[in-house]
Amino acid sequence: MATGTETTTRARLRWGLLDVFVVVFALVPVLWIASLSFKTPATLTDGNFIPREWTLDNYKTIFDTDQFVRALVNSIGIALIATLVAVVLGAMAAYAISRLDFPGKRLLVGVSLLIAMFPQVSLVSPLFEIERQLGLFDTWPGLILPYITFALPLAIYTLSAFFKQIPWDLEKAAKMDGATQGQAFRRVIAPLAAPGLFTTAILVFIFCWNDFLFAITLTSTERARTVPVALSFFTGESQFEDPTGAICAAAVVITIPIILFVLFFQRRIVSGLTSGAVKG
Amino acid sequence: MSINATPAGAEVSAGAERPGGRHATVPTQRSGRRKAPLSENKKAERKLGWLLCAPAALVMLAVTAYPIIYSVWLSLQRFDLRFPDQREFIGLENYVTVLTNEFWWTAFGVTMLITVVTVAVELVLGMGLAIIMHRTLIGRGLVRTSALIPYGIVTVVAAFSWRYAWTPGTGYLANLFSDGAPLTERASSLAIIMLAEIWKTTPFMALLLMAGLALVPEDLLKAASTDGATAWQRFTKVMLPVMKPAILVALLFRTLDAFRVFDNIFVLTAGGNETSSVSMLAYNNLIRGLNLGIGSTMSVLIFITVAIIAFVFVKLFGTAAPGSDDGERR
Repeated sequence: MATGTETTTRARLRWGLLDVFVVVFALVPVLWIASLSFKTPATLTDGNFIPREWTLDNYKTIFDTDQFVRALVNSIGIALIATLVAVVLGAMAAYAISRLDFPGKRLLVGVSLLIAMFPQVSLVSPLFEIERQLGLFDTWPGLILPYITFALPLAIYTLSAFFKQIPWDLEKAAKMDGATQGQAFRRVIAPLAAPGLFTTAILVFIFCWNDFLFAITLTSTERARTVPVALSFFTGESQFEDPTGAICAAAVVITIPIILFVLFFQRRIVSGLTSGAVKG
Repeated sequence: MSINATPAGAEVSAGAERPGGRHATVPTQRSGRRKAPLSENKKAERKLGWLLCAPAALVMLAVTAYPIIYSVWLSLQRFDLRFPDQREFIGLENYVTVLTNEFWWTAFGVTMLITVVTVAVELVLGMGLAIIMHRTLIGRGLVRTSALIPYGIVTVVAAFSWRYAWTPGTGYLANLFSDGAPLTERASSLAIIMLAEIWKTTPFMALLLMAGLALVPEDLLKAASTDGATAWQRFTKVMLPVMKPAILVALLFRTLDAFRVFDNIFVLTAGGNETSSVSMLAYNNLIRGLNLGIGSTMSVLIFITVAIIAFVFVKLFGTAAPGSDDGERR
């Protein structure tokens, strides 16, 4: 960049090509599903990437069924609540793990590792039984609880990796100025850790939004059924001759909240924890 | 891992009791803390540590401890829900049954292959993607957002996209690259499963790596550049060491996740043509076959395998593991 405009233009071109490659790599399968969702039943199997005849019938079909709309509400509510709780609890634990000296620290890391590793498929039947006994089966909390549990190891690991890189001298300085450990956490470290928190929030939300196994085993009605499960019922529904179009339309719809969520938090991920602290 | 199980289990209950008990005593102690000597500070630090960890620890234990124990207990029984009368304790017999079964080892091989290939490819692609997302001069927001979409989209939906793409007649890829039906042959099925996995989860890898990349001090890179370091040297000598914790997190979670591959196989081949993963096999025995004993045995075996992988990772990266006392604080 120091050598003048020619290098800058070349660099821009190079980055531009890489950008295009990434965008194509990421979007083609999504565009393919979107394309299928706009195809009429007659042209569905023509193998064309771009539909020859466009229709919105597939979208009308899914929004006419109360099943899908309810599932969408359930998915959004459950994922948001689980994300909020998991990030708050995870940040507290990650701070303690990366900063404080206390017996049982390694144990907590070990326990969260065990939970991250445990194949969820084997937790499904005991959880089914326990939640039925507690009245949590087929409710929002019944899904939120396992989601928090399995998001926590990811949150704790990601956040403690972040927290370890924070310039902790700032905390020492704050404490020298009379701040308690708690104040140092809230006033100095938490704002510094914000980019890490938002990155973690994105990961946790997507984990909850994505889950299929718990959602299909711990729900039985529209009360708490999430979109992925509703989708799988689409597949089996016999009123459609070929559910491909409806599945693809639903897929496009449930991708929209993800895009909004990513856009919303994208702006808040500041590049560089330390640079902000030094300059600010 | 089984050696560690007993002391860890014993400490779990002790650790779980402490935070709750301390809760009540904290306010009274805190009032007299301001001018306290060092040892008093140490005590307060311990208390704060337990307090901050307690909620996370309690939630995790409450939702998993009982099911985990139950799963191990079930694996020691003959327990088929279709024949509940025949339920009895049979010790390790289920383990012998599974470990001498040919389907188990085929699924194990398939799972290992998918794990190794996808994680290796994802690390390279993910690092590239992370650098592009972090450093590109134009369209950074667009690149980041579009790269996150594969990760954000529901796995089952993404799998459907690939299935339709490779279905003869319907799909654009099937018509372009193949004469037959690729999802009906083993090798091409496995390749498509891996392609779907890599496409879906490379952004996950990249996002975690980008988090580490954001921590690399710009000044250091500039200084290295001024001193004549090549791009490759800056990458290996400056960026990689700083990113080590982030790389560990990314590799660890992706490997564990890849080993449990399930959704993609379920949608793409339903385990046909010997493309079942160990999770597919466990699911089929547990949910479809209703054989709780055998299903739980497979789950425990998957868990042990995954534990060994994680153990190797943490040993390999050593002090970079979160929670280890690596001398940053003395």
